[in-house]
Amino acid sequence: MPKEYRTITEIAGPLIFVEKTEWVGYGELVEVNLPDGTRKRGQVLDSSKEIVVVQVFEGTAGIDRQSTVKFLGETIKLNVSRDMLGRILSGAGEPIDGGPPIVPEKRVDITGSAINPYSREHPAEFIQTGISTIDGLNTLVRGQKLPLFSGAGLPHNEVALQIARQAKVLGSNEPFGVVFAAMGITHEEARVFMDDFERTGALKRAVLFLNLADDPAVERLITPRMALTAAEYLAYEIGMHILVILTDMTNYAEALRQIGAAREEVPGRRGYPGYTYTDLATMYERAGRIHGKKGSITQIPILSIPDDDWTHPIADLTGYITEGQIAVARDLHRKAIYPPIDPLPSLSRLMDAGIGKDRTREDHKQVADQLYAAYAEGKDVRGLVAIVGKEALSDRDRKMLEFADRFEQEFIRQGHEEDRTIEATLEIGWKLLATLDEAWLTKVDRKTLEKYHPAHRGPDQEVAA
Amino acid sequence: MAMKSVAKDAGAKAVGEIFRVAGPVVTATGLRPRMYDVQFVGGEQLMGEVIQIKGDKTIIQVYEDTSGVKPGEPVLDTGAPLVVELGPGLLGSIYDGVQRPLPVLQKVMGDFILRGVKSPGLTREKAWKFVPKVKAGQAVGPGDVVGSVQEAKNVEHRIMVPPNFRGGKVAEVRDGTFKVDEVVARLDSGEQVKLHQTWPVRKPRPVKERLMPTVPLITGQRVLDFLFPIAKGGTAAIPGGFGTGKTVTEQQLSKWCDAQVVIYIGCGERGNEMTEVLSTFPKLEDPYTGAPLMDRMSLIANTSNMPVAAREASVYTGMTLAEYYRDMGYNVALMADSTSRWAEAMREISSRLEEMPGEEGFPAYLSARLSEFYERAGRAKTLAGLEGSVSVVGAVSPSGGDFSEPVTQGTLRIVKVFWALDTALRARRHFPAINWLTSYSLYSQILEDWFRKNVNEEWPRLRAWAQRTLQEEAELEEIVRLVGADALPPDQALTLEVARMIREIFLQQNAYHPVDTFCPPARQFKLIDAIKKYSDLGQKAVKLDVPVKDVAGLKSRELLTRVKYEAEFDKELEKTLAQMDEEFKKLGAA
Ligand SMILES: Nc1ncnc2c1ncn2[C@@H]1O[C@H](COP(=O)(O)OP(=O)(O)OP(=O)(O)O)[C@@H](O)[C@H]1O
Ligand SMILES: [Mg+2]
Repeated sequence: MPKEYRTITEIAGPLIFVEKTEWVGYGELVEVNLPDGTRKRGQVLDSSKEIVVVQVFEGTAGIDRQSTVKFLGETIKLNVSRDMLGRILSGAGEPIDGGPPIVPEKRVDITGSAINPYSREHPAEFIQTGISTIDGLNTLVRGQKLPLFSGAGLPHNEVALQIARQAKVLGSNEPFGVVFAAMGITHEEARVFMDDFERTGALKRAVLFLNLADDPAVERLITPRMALTAAEYLAYEIGMHILVILTDMTNYAEALRQIGAAREEVPGRRGYPGYTYTDLATMYERAGRIHGKKGSITQIPILSIPDDDWTHPIADLTGYITEGQIAVARDLHRKAIYPPIDPLPSLSRLMDAGIGKDRTREDHKQVADQLYAAYAEGKDVRGLVAIVGKEALSDRDRKMLEFADRFEQEFIRQGHEEDRTIEATLEIGWKLLATLDEAWLTKVDRKTLEKYHPAHRGPDQEVAA
Repeated sequence: MAMKSVAKDAGAKAVGEIFRVAGPVVTATGLRPRMYDVQFVGGEQLMGEVIQIKGDKTIIQVYEDTSGVKPGEPVLDTGAPLVVELGPGLLGSIYDGVQRPLPVLQKVMGDFILRGVKSPGLTREKAWKFVPKVKAGQAVGPGDVVGSVQEAKNVEHRIMVPPNFRGGKVAEVRDGTFKVDEVVARLDSGEQVKLHQTWPVRKPRPVKERLMPTVPLITGQRVLDFLFPIAKGGTAAIPGGFGTGKTVTEQQLSKWCDAQVVIYIGCGERGNEMTEVLSTFPKLEDPYTGAPLMDRMSLIANTSNMPVAAREASVYTGMTLAEYYRDMGYNVALMADSTSRWAEAMREISSRLEEMPGEEGFPAYLSARLSEFYERAGRAKTLAGLEGSVSVVGAVSPSGGDFSEPVTQGTLRIVKVFWALDTALRARRHFPAINWLTSYSLYSQILEDWFRKNVNEEWPRLRAWAQRTLQEEAELEEIVRLVGADALPPDQALTLEVARMIREIFLQQNAYHPVDTFCPPARQFKLIDAIKKYSDLGQKAVKLDVPVKDVAGLKSRELLTRVKYEAEFDKELEKTLAQMDEEFKKLGAA
């Protein structure tokens, strides 16, 4: 039995300082017992022969110097088992759905270990999300980490849910599941996710970890790690393909900043600790594929970026770690276009590996490049019109302008339940490109043009994938 | 495990005790070590390095995760600094930041990196055929070559007398097949030359003399070679916000630069990028030798989620490997992606030491460390009298994409080439997104001679023309923004068209296109020369009152945009030029 100490010397913010302890391991799990019987949990941040610093997950409210501290002799672990599927757990991994406790098949340290880069397999399997702007222009592949860069008041949750509902790998019926981690989101938002999972039956193959807005902020630091630990178990030991949704990373970063401030660390930009990059990376890098393992982890972190400013550290540091980003854009949302995904600032860095002949379709890359270029040009013209008016426009300008409008209405816009195949997406793309002069389609080579351009293959001719 | 036997296992000089553990920084008591000597920390003997000494307290940065490590556990002082093993087998390998081979770690620990595993950098199992280059009785000094091993198809690995030997007459030199820790030559000084040597990573390897860089490091990337060339032995920084193309550029250079050896340091970046190198490079051919590209490379992979202290060490590990091949008389290119993550590792360690921070929390010695690192680059006469070089290309990841931050600024004060990646260009998918107005190379003057002699006499003139045209475009665009394009006189309107051609045809280069990915200087010259020709003929036509629209709309112009993608480049370019002549003749301008 671990000894109990009544030697708290200082309490500051989320931290307590304990002296005259036995030797305590760095990162060890701690139990704090309050005189009124309340039990809180924490973790050792700094351990020396003189003093031990503990961060308390539930916050230090109510803790006094009479409270006792117990060091549990191990780092934080999560009970994992395949029975977790279908369960709703707290942000600290305790069941909150009224169901029985999880009978562990294994207890696993939640910090996880780095995947040996030599063991990784390069992600290359196309995931069809059914959303044209993603599948067509910013393709997601299995094992990728691709965040939604969004802002307050934008429908990023709807987009994430639509991806979770529709995501599939063509021609594969391997087991697939969702791990969902909520950090500091509201009850209402969490409800939306749970209802949708329930409605579609996805809950049966999902594990939910919920730390909501009124739950302790410090606990947010462990919630995503719990979720990723569950995901790793399901992916690499059970062999499932897991999609991990982490929302909202902004709240996570805020909690990190709070701890940094409490420890009186030298702050980096905007008060976030200097190690924020590394800290985020230890989570985002837990996405991937491993040689010889059946399962995989694909991550969709959601960020509501303060003031839509991509140079804000949360967006900036995430962008430096993830393999691209999907931009949920305010101007499209204002035009009532759903999903308001702007392809121009979006990017999927692993797209090239996942598309083309035998994966999606041989013309995919060229269509994507051409759509992108034309939309960019159309938007430039839109900017020009605002200055010089429509009269001064050349024929090309006019057509590009019209293209941009139709692209938004027909390619970007789609229904919440509309699940487009990759062929359907590419066909819409070709239909729009056909409104432009052939000579302007410089990103498409002759052969591809002749095979796929509507003008070259007659009105109703189908193209074989 | 009894402490005594632990001490014996690790060949320890002294044993102390942990006093405090705070993340990667551990304080020990009861040791009297030297700065930067390697310590083994705790029951699991995690490797670390002394970074501060305060009275009886020794402060150690630990290269592995310290979770669960407790005060009271033992610390062993090895009495030696962090060294790397240098010898055959480095090429084609992938290491972590402290030269542990990742395949060995995988074998011992599985797919995840656990801790407490030690492994030498070079395998003891493989035997190499050693061919002596000296005879008994011959005098050899430090750095001299005693023989060689064929390490890869195209790399002869020269076995040298270590620089810290006194040297002497060869007493015995052996012929045959040896493992890396076997002796291949004995000197009359009593010193023994093995197939491998060790060297402390933080100490630059000595050279006889530093030489001026005068030869370009050819990269096959048009915007780099033509506008902002780097010399063999030169230094370049490539700063840019996320997703602007730092890694793609570093990988392009690794693939196509004309160095004999490439050291690639993935410093605090993505695991998948390392995998990409590992899976694609072995399948690619070195354009200069035809051997698999992986055969000339050594990879240091200390990704963002691997321990930060080992990340801090990784750049030195990589640099020491580079210097070692330079000492054999090779041109080595070192890629560091990203030096900002290295700087951040320094910041993290420094903050744990509660040092007084400088700008943005970085330690005050940041710029000194950056200078020391880049100063290890250079062209040199080696101790053996050979000529070798280390060229360094460091990616910089400025926070918020803001180049005024300390790492970018500290780097720009030292390096001679600045390839500025531009978020706006990236947004337009102009790749490589290198800004042609703000980037510079301080080598371009020195290298002109080489390009004139080895590519074309006209190289500097065309270069000046292209830069002038791009500069003019920037000025004209200001005017267009104010008064509209219609207001420009025809010759200036054509200049805009030509500048656009330079950008789209010449500067843009698709790293993923099988042909366009690599463009040797001769081809670069032909391409820009063709654009110049088009420009000259165009200006003539415009003077004859041919509308700019007609000049810009010529079929040959469209052909010119596609010719860089043609495997039969020369033939297609011929055709295009012929068509150009034809069309301009019709306009009355040829
Ligand atoms: N020369 C190029 N040709 C084609 N595409 C390119 C080129 N350079 C960059 N890209 C595109 O830009 C994307 C991002 O490039 P890269 O990964 O090199 O960025 P980075 O600057 O290293 O970003 P980070 O700082 O986040 O690591 C690539 O995935 C690719 O799509
Ligand atoms: Mg990069």
